[in-house]
Amino acid sequence: MESHGKVIDRLRTAFRSRVTVPLEFRLSQLRSLLSLMEENEAQILEALHKDLAKPKFEAVLSEIEMVVNDICYAIDNLKYWVQPDYVGKNLATKLDDCFVHREPLGVVLIIGAWNYPLQLVLLPLVGAIAAGNCAVLKPSEISQATEALLAELIPKYLSQECFSVVCGGAEATARLLENRFDHIFYTGSQAVARSVLQAAAVHLTPVTLELGGKCPCLLYGQLDIPAAAKRLAWAKYFNAGQSCVAPDYVLCSRQVRDVLLPALQQALHHFYGPQPQRSVDMGRIVTERHWSRLMDLLGRSGGRVAIGGESSREERYIAPTVVVDVQESDALMQEEIFGPILPILTIESLEEGIELINRREKPLALYVFSDESKAVSTVLEKTSSGGFCSNDGIVHMTLPGLPFGGVGASGMGSYHGRWSFETFSHRRGCMLRGWGLEKINVLRYPPYRDGSLSWLRWATTTKKKGWSSCSVM
Amino acid sequence: MEKQVVDRAQQAFLSGRSRPLGFRLQQLRALHRLITEREADIVAALKQDLNRSRFDTPLFELIGLENEIRLAESSLSEWAAPRPVKKNLVTASDDVYVQAEPLGVVLIIGAWNYPWALTLQPLIGAIAAGNGAVVKPSELSSHSSDLLKELLPQYLDKEMYQVVTGGIPESQELLRQRFDHIFYTGNSIVGKIVMEAAARHLTPVTLELGGKSPCYIDKNCDLSVACRRITWGKFVNCGQTCIAPDYILCEPGIQQRVIEGIQQTLMEFFTDNPKSSPDYGRIINRRHFDRIVGLMEGCTVALGGQTDSSECYIAPTVLTDVSPHVRLMQEEIFGPVLPIVNVSSIDEAIHFINRREKPLALYVFSSDKKVIKRMLSETSSGGVTVNDVIMHYTVTSLPFGGVGNSGMGRYHGKHTFDQLSHHRAYLIKSLAMESLNQARYPPMSPARLKRARFFMQTWLCSCRRLACVWAAVATMVALGLLVALLVVVLKVLFCLYVLSFHI
Repeated sequence: MESHGKVIDRLRTAFRSRVTVPLEFRLSQLRSLLSLMEENEAQILEALHKDLAKPKFEAVLSEIEMVVNDICYAIDNLKYWVQPDYVGKNLATKLDDCFVHREPLGVVLIIGAWNYPLQLVLLPLVGAIAAGNCAVLKPSEISQATEALLAELIPKYLSQECFSVVCGGAEATARLLENRFDHIFYTGSQAVARSVLQAAAVHLTPVTLELGGKCPCLLYGQLDIPAAAKRLAWAKYFNAGQSCVAPDYVLCSRQVRDVLLPALQQALHHFYGPQPQRSVDMGRIVTERHWSRLMDLLGRSGGRVAIGGESSREERYIAPTVVVDVQESDALMQEEIFGPILPILTIESLEEGIELINRREKPLALYVFSDESKAVSTVLEKTSSGGFCSNDGIVHMTLPGLPFGGVGASGMGSYHGRWSFETFSHRRGCMLRGWGLEKINVLRYPPYRDGSLSWLRWATTTKKKGWSSCSVM
Repeated sequence: MEKQVVDRAQQAFLSGRSRPLGFRLQQLRALHRLITEREADIVAALKQDLNRSRFDTPLFELIGLENEIRLAESSLSEWAAPRPVKKNLVTASDDVYVQAEPLGVVLIIGAWNYPWALTLQPLIGAIAAGNGAVVKPSELSSHSSDLLKELLPQYLDKEMYQVVTGGIPESQELLRQRFDHIFYTGNSIVGKIVMEAAARHLTPVTLELGGKSPCYIDKNCDLSVACRRITWGKFVNCGQTCIAPDYILCEPGIQQRVIEGIQQTLMEFFTDNPKSSPDYGRIINRRHFDRIVGLMEGCTVALGGQTDSSECYIAPTVLTDVSPHVRLMQEEIFGPVLPIVNVSSIDEAIHFINRREKPLALYVFSSDKKVIKRMLSETSSGGVTVNDVIMHYTVTSLPFGGVGNSGMGRYHGKHTFDQLSHHRAYLIKSLAMESLNQARYPPMSPARLKRARFFMQTWLCSCRRLACVWAAVATMVALGLLVALLVVVLKVLFCLYVLSFHI
């Protein structure tokens, strides 16, 4: 097997040959990636089922369709994205061409995660290809079947000179990170993100970190509780709660909670039937270790299980569970749950909810369910989060027009759609001058005189709104 | 002490008072007043730090800052407004937009070569974006940093924006604290240290670093104009500019004319005795003076070469027939020493540039569009100016920043505002139209899955094998309307025909 260093050298040589730069090459690779998705749907679904018992429904929507849509979006728009942006000029640069040119960075590293093992590697890859880079893919070793499938399919469909898959665990990732890349895109936990960032610092490599956190979900005031319950239940228990943007915990008043519980019960019954363990649409926990972590959290919680609570170690199954009477100091509130357990904390007022949210790290997503637009705008103005969605969950990340990414402890940078292209591009500021008007340049040359300084002030001071200003330094 | 400063700035930010646009505009206006009212003090400080003339200071630092503040003032409401994005079928009736919000407290670490521009320009963006800030100016330009520490609290909100002065221990203590963004201008070595410190808190960084900015002179160009522009850019601030042309690449055949062009320009700018010119600066300190003098050892001096350690003076110097392997060509010069390296062709020049780290700036002088195109498309750099030097820095609508070893992130104008903001994605829905959501809920059925896939598409007309539905629908509707119109017209004509018989 090729060493990491050799793989990266090979990709760098390919990048230096400029084979990835022409638009046609990028489009052809994107089309090949599309073919990979369309021709291997059955194998993909099988791998996802092996790894996570991922229900077909979920796998199609959240993995296959997400990736296919993004590829198509890139194919349809790439010719516009690569065009230079001509920018505003001013008096002194009226005859010049000033534009921003987007260029590839080089060889990028994409480290995926196990919860959406296909999407979290391929969506960044779409951006890397669209921006003209070469890429090393490091899928998560925890979702082994998908890792193996990617290692088999990527070389079949994409240029082997430009794109490579590296398999292995934490040690392999650490060794990979010793090498120099031109961008590192990491999806995963905060603890590992710190090591990724530290490794990147050695080479001054820019990074994108898609992390997690506890995404709060506030229910307040007047609201259609049955509709809210359905959307909340869907977002929470999708992929058995193993989504970085799943609503992690709920904040609501006691009165709302008392109406919410039966509504959630009904929604769950509608989705998964009376015995969710038998439903083909209910996922499983990825490994026994993760299952044990969740069961331990539930065991240590001081709350009361109001819905669900059943589990099975053999199947790595945990029923869709709701826990009430949870305090802020509860075990369930100390770390990202990442499972099908939903704690409900009661609050007396909107302010109390906002203060609780703001006492914690900025989350990746924040949700508010309310028919009162003032409540929604109060929350969004007084909090911060990667993204914000009112009256639904998760769906904001399915729109390629919206940047998807965190802030603070939930990450840095963003992607999806054009944002992926921008993440993997360098925006080079370019100015093309002519030889004429050297007389105007005289103003900036020594020997300096009072007169020339006044002229220069006049010529370079911003006068009108909308005029890009120019200064000599 | 540093921790207390940061805590105070945090508390000030958490009070929420930096968020309203009115507050930000008020602070920007106050900063503007600082620059205009205290220009004389700033000029005096820079004279002591870098022997800057009273023209250099407004020219190279203050006019630019004033322009940036005016731009921020006039554009702030536009920058801070929600930016709508394209929707899909399912979100057609929702509000979907991106809006910039403040990050929190930003640490700005300035550099000594343009001590005011390189600390206040990021601060303008930090203020505009609604953040608090801790500013750490460089201790090497000590008069400027002391003056900034004295002046900033007199004009701006004392808790929200604070200045910390000092050297390495103070910087290290600051870097142990948690910030929401760190903006560093300086060299790559310290840049790595800053990024590593930021990693502990998962803090995003902007690094404005340096490198060796190459300047390629094609034989096909207006050499006298090229030499004048290059001379200006190289020797301004005594070569201590991160985007000064570091070295020249040209064919041996034009080397002599290049030297003569530079020599003539130097005469015009600084007379034959630059040491006596009030417009020629000095090296910041003895350590850097010794470093630059050391780099010149063993090289052939074509122009200049005189030095005076008592004044940290180095004459404008040009070195010729420089080998790519000497120490001079391994590190950023950051001084008034201009080596000329011979290359036999543009291919060799491109190869030479690409073997090295990506520079902060790249310069090409040529009248041949093909040469320019090749240089631009076959190299990478933070920014480019063709047929001049430095000037791309001066256009606020161009993003200014490095790539690879020359840095990450960008700023100037709106780019600073964007760099120091969080671009939060918003999807504002109502609880109505729940029926639309049915497609995505379990239990799965093939029909439901098909509907869900359909609704997930962004465009109904795309590269997918699915037919252009809108085009088909629109065509049918248009045909239908056309038929209806024809029927109406025919009826009217028929009625007119019948009427004509009656009349």
